[in-house]
Amino acid sequence: MEVITPQAVDTLIRLLASDGYEVVGPTRRDGAIVYDRVHGLDDLPAGWTDEHAPGHYRLRERDDAALFGYVVGPHSWKKYLFPPQETLFRLTRQADGSFTTEPGESDAPPRAFIGMRSCELAAIGVQDRVFLGQAVQDRGYAARRRDVFMVAAHCAEPGGTCFCASMDTGPRARGGFDLALTEVIDATQHFLVAEAGSDAGRAMLDRLKPRPATDAEQAAAERVWAEAPEKMGRQMPADAREVLNRAFEHPHWEETAERCLSCSNCTLVCPTCFCSQVEEVPDLEGQRTERVRRWDSCFNQEHSHLVGGAHRDSVAARYRQWITHKLATWHDQFGTSGCVGCGRCITWCPVGIDITEEVTAVRRDPEGRA
Amino acid sequence: MAPETLQPRADSALPEQAMAPQPWRIHSVRPDVASNEVFSWTLYPEPGVEPGPPPAPGQFNMLYLFGVGEVPISVSAITADGGIVHTTRAVGSVTRTMQDLGPGAVVGLRGPFGTAWPVEQARGRDLVLVAGGIGLAPLRPVIHAALERRDDFGHVVVCYGARSPGDMIFRDELEAWGARDDLDLRITVDRGTAAWRGDVGVVTQLIDRGGFDRRNTLAMVCGPEVMMRFAASSLERRGLKPEDIFVSMERNMRCAVGFCGHCQIGAHFVCRDGPVFPYPVMEPAFRIREL
Repeated sequence: MEVITPQAVDTLIRLLASDGYEVVGPTRRDGAIVYDRVHGLDDLPAGWTDEHAPGHYRLRERDDAALFGYVVGPHSWKKYLFPPQETLFRLTRQADGSFTTEPGESDAPPRAFIGMRSCELAAIGVQDRVFLGQAVQDRGYAARRRDVFMVAAHCAEPGGTCFCASMDTGPRARGGFDLALTEVIDATQHFLVAEAGSDAGRAMLDRLKPRPATDAEQAAAERVWAEAPEKMGRQMPADAREVLNRAFEHPHWEETAERCLSCSNCTLVCPTCFCSQVEEVPDLEGQRTERVRRWDSCFNQEHSHLVGGAHRDSVAARYRQWITHKLATWHDQFGTSGCVGCGRCITWCPVGIDITEEVTAVRRDPEGRA
Repeated sequence: MAPETLQPRADSALPEQAMAPQPWRIHSVRPDVASNEVFSWTLYPEPGVEPGPPPAPGQFNMLYLFGVGEVPISVSAITADGGIVHTTRAVGSVTRTMQDLGPGAVVGLRGPFGTAWPVEQARGRDLVLVAGGIGLAPLRPVIHAALERRDDFGHVVVCYGARSPGDMIFRDELEAWGARDDLDLRITVDRGTAAWRGDVGVVTQLIDRGGFDRRNTLAMVCGPEVMMRFAASSLERRGLKPEDIFVSMERNMRCAVGFCGHCQIGAHFVCRDGPVFPYPVMEPAFRIREL
């Protein structure tokens, strides 16, 4: 086990930048921790943490200078790999009435992601199965995904809406990263234990000049890993898939619909939701046009548009679609749950609907008699 | 268990072909009803376009209008020289614009996508096709295939229900099929006219007349969901096993390759796992409202 100093994280960011990566990581903006360009240690949210509860998110100052002492913000890395808006094709009309088609730009530079949580690595694994694991690969996703340098930060302090331990996706990242950091901070010490997860990660770690961890440092890191799962605010029932597969006609969804605003916040903050729509964006002269893909949501009525009207017209049907897809039918489609337990949908739901509580409610009363 | 991350493959299966509209030219347009609300295009690829594999009966293409948008349209015939016939009902903004195009116009096409009717599985058996409204279009290639290799099949029964005599599509072919003694064409309409001498009522009553071997028949059903559900029940009552009944589903298909999420029915992507499904796979979905 090897140790680097907090200052080495600054070196890491600068080395990645000088290697040609666009380095993105956590930074404080608009009262939230968001992911954006970072140029050095000063951009990280040192000394800040975040409170999470259903429909509640607040930044709070810590009494130490932890770099990764927060949980997760509203952003996920999805916005870089599967951007909210993307030009798929540009088409130009020809004199003979035909047209030519060119792929949209793949302008993304290789990126380095700093401070990825275990749940977020799992979420990328989930989206990989959608965009890389089917018969057709998504060209843009594959291009952006290929070159990412991933620096994980094992979660030391999961938040009030976290439940990755019950989804078996964290809080300690088990793979998929190039480099993983465990931050240890107390009154007397502040250091990071570093693990390489790839050859590229190993090479980078060597450039950070790590030193071997002492027994005490190793014990401190192990304590972080051991204690983190106990700090989860929530838990998903282990049989969520089976419970939901039996609950398609459960009356509970009508009750949820009385609270749900079908605002689509949960799908926007979800790191795995992949629904999109493609819009035609022609120029004024009608000679050039673009096929622009944008995030869509199963909470939008238009999502299920058919000739006779929206197929999933009621909010109850839309909420049911979202939760049963996420936790049950996703398994059938992609061999994994669509939920990684990050808790964002709970935190950012304006009325505080809690996905773990929804499953618990139908589980408690499978026949819907109550 | 956290899913492992995947690496992009070098051998992505024709992403450009699958995702980018290719230019195809409208060779001919044929109104299928007097109002032209339903019309058929015969399309040929523009020079330089590498067409995908020939569409199998039941598959669909994504048709694209420059500056307007894209819609999934089933293939209603293929010509001997590589032309593809699509039959469209003008009901939305894209399809209404399509209605105004004539021969010589260039449209975009990508495909074919989706599952096909199990025509080979019907060899040596009786074949019952049940169509409602424009649902006859995706079944027409099956009729063409069956007539081309007529000896490969037993009785071929086509049950077709239309709203009214004027809403019947493929009139010329219906007449030709009706005149054959090796094809049992049965037609009913919801509302007759003074001149209509045929059946009036639901399409299931045509199934109830039998005329096929209950132990050795394959059925293919395409039409509105409620009609497919009742047709499948009628076929089951006639003694068909549920796994010998196939249905073709309609949902909001945008990407056709399982990326966009719109066409889900429970665990199934209609674009990728359908549109043709064995009835037992869809039967539970028929019973759940707004699934």
